Amino acid sequence: MPDLTKQTPATPDPEAPRSTAPSGGGPVLEVQNLTLKFGGLTALDDVSFHIDQGEILGLIGPNGAGKTTCFNAVTGVYRPTSGDIRFQGGSIVGMKRYKITQQGIARTFQNIRLFPTMTALENVLVGADAQHKTGMFTALFRLPRHRREEREGHDRAMELLRFMGIHRKADELAANLSYGDQRRLEIARAMATEPKLICLDEPAAGFNPAEKVELMNLIRKVRDQGYTVLLIEHDMKLVMGVTDRIVVLEFGRKIAEGKPAEIRDNPAVIAAYLGVDEEDAS
Amino acid sequence: MNKIKQRFISLPRPVKVLLWVLLALFAYALPLLELPIITTPGVDFGGVLFVVTMYALVAIGLNIVVGYAGLLDLGYVGFYAIGAYTAAILTSFHAHWPLLLSIPVAVVATTISGVLLGAPTLRVRGDYLAIVTLGFGEIIRLVAVNVEWLGERKGISNIARPPSIGGDDGLFQIPHLYWGDGTVLLDTEDTTAFLKFGVLDQIPYYWLGLTVVIAMLFADKLIKNSRVGRAWEATREDEDAAELMGVPTFRFKLLAFATGAFVGGLAGALYASRQSFINPDSFLLLFSILFLAAVVVGGQGNRWGVVVGAVLVAYLPQRFREFDDFRVLVFGLALVLLAAWRPEGLFPPKRTVRARQLEQDLEELEEGHEGEEAARA
Amino acid sequence: MNFDFLFSNLPQLTIGGLAFGAIYALIALGYTMVYGVLQLINFAHSEVFMYGTFAMLWTVMALGGADADGVQLIAILIAALFAAMMMSALIALLLERVAYRPLVKKNAPRLIALISAIGASFVLAELMGLRDRVTGWIGLDDDLSEYVGKARINNSMAGVVDAPRWEIGNVTLSSIDVIVIVAAVGMMVLLDQFVRRSRLGKGIRATAQDPETAALMGVNPTRTIQITFLIGGLMAGVAAFLYMLKIETTKYDVGFLLGVKAFTAAVLGGIGNLRGALLGGLVLGVAESWGSALFGTEWRHVVAFVLLVVILLFRPTGLLGESLGKARA
Repeated sequence: MPDLTKQTPATPDPEAPRSTAPSGGGPVLEVQNLTLKFGGLTALDDVSFHIDQGEILGLIGPNGAGKTTCFNAVTGVYRPTSGDIRFQGGSIVGMKRYKITQQGIARTFQNIRLFPTMTALENVLVGADAQHKTGMFTALFRLPRHRREEREGHDRAMELLRFMGIHRKADELAANLSYGDQRRLEIARAMATEPKLICLDEPAAGFNPAEKVELMNLIRKVRDQGYTVLLIEHDMKLVMGVTDRIVVLEFGRKIAEGKPAEIRDNPAVIAAYLGVDEEDAS
Repeated sequence: MNKIKQRFISLPRPVKVLLWVLLALFAYALPLLELPIITTPGVDFGGVLFVVTMYALVAIGLNIVVGYAGLLDLGYVGFYAIGAYTAAILTSFHAHWPLLLSIPVAVVATTISGVLLGAPTLRVRGDYLAIVTLGFGEIIRLVAVNVEWLGERKGISNIARPPSIGGDDGLFQIPHLYWGDGTVLLDTEDTTAFLKFGVLDQIPYYWLGLTVVIAMLFADKLIKNSRVGRAWEATREDEDAAELMGVPTFRFKLLAFATGAFVGGLAGALYASRQSFINPDSFLLLFSILFLAAVVVGGQGNRWGVVVGAVLVAYLPQRFREFDDFRVLVFGLALVLLAAWRPEGLFPPKRTVRARQLEQDLEELEEGHEGEEAARA
Repeated sequence: MNFDFLFSNLPQLTIGGLAFGAIYALIALGYTMVYGVLQLINFAHSEVFMYGTFAMLWTVMALGGADADGVQLIAILIAALFAAMMMSALIALLLERVAYRPLVKKNAPRLIALISAIGASFVLAELMGLRDRVTGWIGLDDDLSEYVGKARINNSMAGVVDAPRWEIGNVTLSSIDVIVIVAAVGMMVLLDQFVRRSRLGKGIRATAQDPETAALMGVNPTRTIQITFLIGGLMAGVAAFLYMLKIETTKYDVGFLLGVKAFTAAVLGGIGNLRGALLGGLVLGVAESWGSALFGTEWRHVVAFVLLVVILLFRPTGLLGESLGKARA
């Protein structure tokens, strides 16, 4: 049950994240010469980048640049044509999707994909279950593991809902939540899988400026809890404001990489992306 | 309806438990009460009630597959048949095991067949799964028709009954009620032996069936409110998203299929024992459809809903036997009308109700809290 | 396994199988088109076919087909074909109106639409099986006893059409089988061209791919769905006619097994795919025919279902893939 007396939503819980290494460690994820072809179409062409422990990496580029494709390759939806993806030192190419999640990569979806007729709490519990082992037998006989996992999962899920500021809607069906709350719930669900790397696919899509600022703070808070964040975002202001480093894709190729300030002044990026974006974004 | 539900939910726990116990007692006593109107004329009421419990059992099992995991299974009768035939072969046709020993074997055999069918087919898309399972149900029946070892069309008779307790007369006799003109009497002529299973003693079968149903309802509740139940629902809602949230969806679908098969096999074995005789006509595809109808009529995903659906599907045709010729027609009409008017079934899952209840509680608390603050200021 | 029998009778078995397969294919069209447009298994399509067989039978009886021959018989058969197509089309349109449109409007879950279809199927089959009772209530059963009697058993028109058999070498061919195959394949080719070329056909394909965009582009979805049901009904009527030519017997529940087989054929070829329905039907028919020669006729249906399972395992979208609708993930 949500604690109603606590009105400030986001008190970071020191125990919530499972950060194995302190901020600023080695690379969590290394994408090496990643190429992905669909028939004759090359969606990703020899893309390499890495994400360090505890940083927020922005992945930007115009529409159709291959950002979401890249996400899908990292989370195991697509199998790379060539190249390697290494997570915490080991290759995850060809690994089952749920295994990748259990290993510690979680994601949200560009077009929200919650479980609509389950409650917000249950949605987050499904995420928390990724690290659980309860099976039929354990559940049927209410063995200690089941009880412990249910209790831990429930506490953690409520904590995350509170962190996202939607704990009061814990027992609402996901389908009945407002658009913004659905986006927040997706992030909570992804965090519940206890990831080391959390991939956000345009989390601010459809938000108004005030909500975007709020989300920016939230993403920083997520990072401050020890998570590493990979962020796809269209809104340049948001990306520049929140990320530590940015990788720019265009037509499936990496055209630039660097700190936000460097990217802002990079002529290739301006030509490819900012020029276009300025018109419709601001 | 919702008001009654809400009032029930807000009752204190001991009261709830007491009400459940009373309901269960009433269910057990039902065939002894000889209630007018409800009791079926011309057919043994105990037998009808037994069939109702079997439908309820099957509906609970199928609800796991269809309602929870969202896998459309049109061949569920195949599992029912495997359970029944295993029990029949072991207790009569090829061996003479006692029934209680054959039931576990029947259930294990059915579960294994569920895994064997599910492992290759659960990878195909939903609608194909429907047609593949439909084919499976037919194959099982046709194999029974064509294979001599399974009795062919003649079927198998003399299937073992459960052991009677206390010999042929039972431990004691329980009198039924007799409803006269405005009076209710104990009828000492009309009694049921406790606990004798026989051709003419159908009521103990009903008690057995009811006990199994209650046990399954408990098990269903325990599983549903666990990681397993959530994984099933998540898979049903959005398989890809579930997989990406760390749910091994294929494994859980297979688990749902096997669990459904388990329950179906158990029901089949019990049914075979009560009938004492089975042939392939007991397992027509029509029954798969009836089972599915029970699940959908009541409201898939809601365990009480599907039990009510099963009661309607199994009981109404028996009660109104004078319209026997028209029962399939009426049944078909009912399905069409129901689909048009209550697409979610008579009793959709109650989560929506619970959510609304909680919402209200929160609002009240919230108001109270603000009120306090206002008072302080 | 009786390989000798299979190989010594291979031509007849194949032709007979193709004839059955062609009928499956014609019925399968109804399933495949409705599925392509609505993603709905039109479970009641089997009854559309069944009513067609009765329309054929009754027309032949009413026009005195038993005593006719030559040109007169051909005229009667043409009338019967027309009647079967009209009857099936009528039932198909009725189904759309009563059992599906209310649900499509409400955006009901697909499982519910399937349940509605199953209910409608029961109602239609039972009405035919109870037709003596129904006519009895309005006092017409005496006048119509020839038509409404034998409501629950086989109704036969055997001996009406005395088709020649051709001997080619040591192979006997039934002319009916040849007519069935040619007519069915001809209809399928016509339909395929219609859906590809005509304005209505393009509307159907557009709705199958993306109903909303199609509606925005001026395709009336309700009308498109109606036309889809209508075409499915007409084809089922042709199938009913050919079936009665070949089998000569029908019954109120004849649709069930044929419907299941036809749906199997549709899935086999790739549901939503017209050419797939033809291929699936023919493959299924021949496989059944060969299979029953090999294992005995009692295993005929088992062969069909095992074939389906095996093909789906290796080609999950059927032999030709799904093409009328979009490829759904």
